Amino acid sequence: MEIFFQQLANGLTVGSIYALIALGYTMVYGILKLINFAHGDLAVLGAFIGLTVITSLTGAGAAPSHWVVILAFVVAVLVVAIAGVLLELTAYRPLRHAHRLSAVVSALGASMLLENGIMLIWSPQTLTFPEGILPSTNYVIGGVVLNSTQILIVAISFLLMLALYLYVNKTRFGTAIRASAIDQDAARLMGINVNRVIVSVFILGPALGAIGGLFIGIYYRQAVFDMGWIYGLNAFIAAIIGGIGNIPGAMLGGLLLGLFNSLAGGYISSTWQEAITFALLILILLVRPTGILGERVAEKV
Amino acid sequence: MSLLEVKDLKVAYGHIEALKGISLSVEEGEVVAILGANGAGKTTFMRSLSGLLKPRSGTIQYDGHDIGKARADAIVGLGIAQSPEGRRVFGTLTVEENLMLGAYTRSRPEALETRKQVYELFPRLLERKAQMAGTLSGGEQQMLAIGRALMAKPRLLLLDEPSLGLAPIIVKGIFSALRDIRASGVTILVVEQNARMALKLADRGYVLEVGRIVHEDSAKALMASPEVQEAYLGKGH
Repeated sequence: MEIFFQQLANGLTVGSIYALIALGYTMVYGILKLINFAHGDLAVLGAFIGLTVITSLTGAGAAPSHWVVILAFVVAVLVVAIAGVLLELTAYRPLRHAHRLSAVVSALGASMLLENGIMLIWSPQTLTFPEGILPSTNYVIGGVVLNSTQILIVAISFLLMLALYLYVNKTRFGTAIRASAIDQDAARLMGINVNRVIVSVFILGPALGAIGGLFIGIYYRQAVFDMGWIYGLNAFIAAIIGGIGNIPGAMLGGLLLGLFNSLAGGYISSTWQEAITFALLILILLVRPTGILGERVAEKV
Repeated sequence: MSLLEVKDLKVAYGHIEALKGISLSVEEGEVVAILGANGAGKTTFMRSLSGLLKPRSGTIQYDGHDIGKARADAIVGLGIAQSPEGRRVFGTLTVEENLMLGAYTRSRPEALETRKQVYELFPRLLERKAQMAGTLSGGEQQMLAIGRALMAKPRLLLLDEPSLGLAPIIVKGIFSALRDIRASGVTILVVEQNARMALKLADRGYVLEVGRIVHEDSAKALMASPEVQEAYLGKGH
């Protein structure tokens, strides 16, 4: 039973990171019906930028101060949001009226460009994150070890997701985002500048992704230039499980996938973990192709 | 000067010219109907007016602005709102969210004021304000599409086939609401296959056939014209 709760705690941590990254996939898909394959790499870019800020402002061997850590998150979010907007303007907008496949190829190209760019700027080696970026105290509750880094990651992720949910569902601009995702021409007839909405999605998604990427680096204490592939894939699967295009779906899918991965890794086999993830994806697509929360209301024509 | 003045408008999809030089005008306070069969270019014309399609040549003058090349969202701000063909309500948003989006270019107090008027005009929408628009009946969705356009407080209201796919009794209700809207001083340009309803409401009318205007007259004269009766009103009705 202790193992179960331990895996539950670990799964919740990884799951909330998946959820943060999955939101970027699902928001872009919601509006452009495009899988932004570069999104995982944007998250990784966030991890590397955060690491650079921390190491360049902290003396060797010393623990980074609170302010440095906060600054690292702010800089990572800003740079990655700008990268997201540049990506939309250069790789996707010129292809808005082109064949769907062109945009997919452009997305894959952007992914490779980012991945190799990160390798050239930083290193092809795995970089280590210093200790003590987030407070790391262990609490033992009934035999289960809960680390304060885990608790912080989960809490911050939940707060960010709640904020995004409220923004999209309760504000005027958020309603414009949802309207543009349903019918872009009708949204234009309301006076909504749909291009501005699309840019906003390429700010929000990558900003959350950057935080997710930095959490990965802090949690596993390492980052490597090509890890965007596997984390991006997991987040993408999470978005599909929840129902791609659906924001609460991405949150739910991320948490479920994190918990599932962790339990499968703990109880079945950690070497087969990825295969099990894909088996879950196939199963969900067979039983519920629209994902758990996808398409709840039938649209009348 | 007319509120809307269209001159020699040509619109094409690739090599296919859908509008082959349309000229028409709408005066402030008027109701103008455009009649035509399927494929005559009615919806293409409406989409060009609202900026969703860019004309190949010709001009669209609205209240002194040349809007032929303007963006759709900027045109709404100038006071032109459209209830599009097929209604295009946001199905997974509530009725109230749909209405508030209609007032996207206006301030919230102004929007709330207009929303009250829209609910007075269409009490059914008030009853269903928390319901998702996709669950409404066709007639209710049409009311919502018109109400949503009114939320922009337009000077010029564009209606694309408000009777499409609706039962005759519902169509009557919709057109009675349109008479109220007209009485409030909004200029209306309506495109319709249901020529009888449209001409009863309109002051003037144009008949569109394969991308060209073939008749132009007062609504009464069009109603009486043997050619229009033959083609659009059906004899003996």
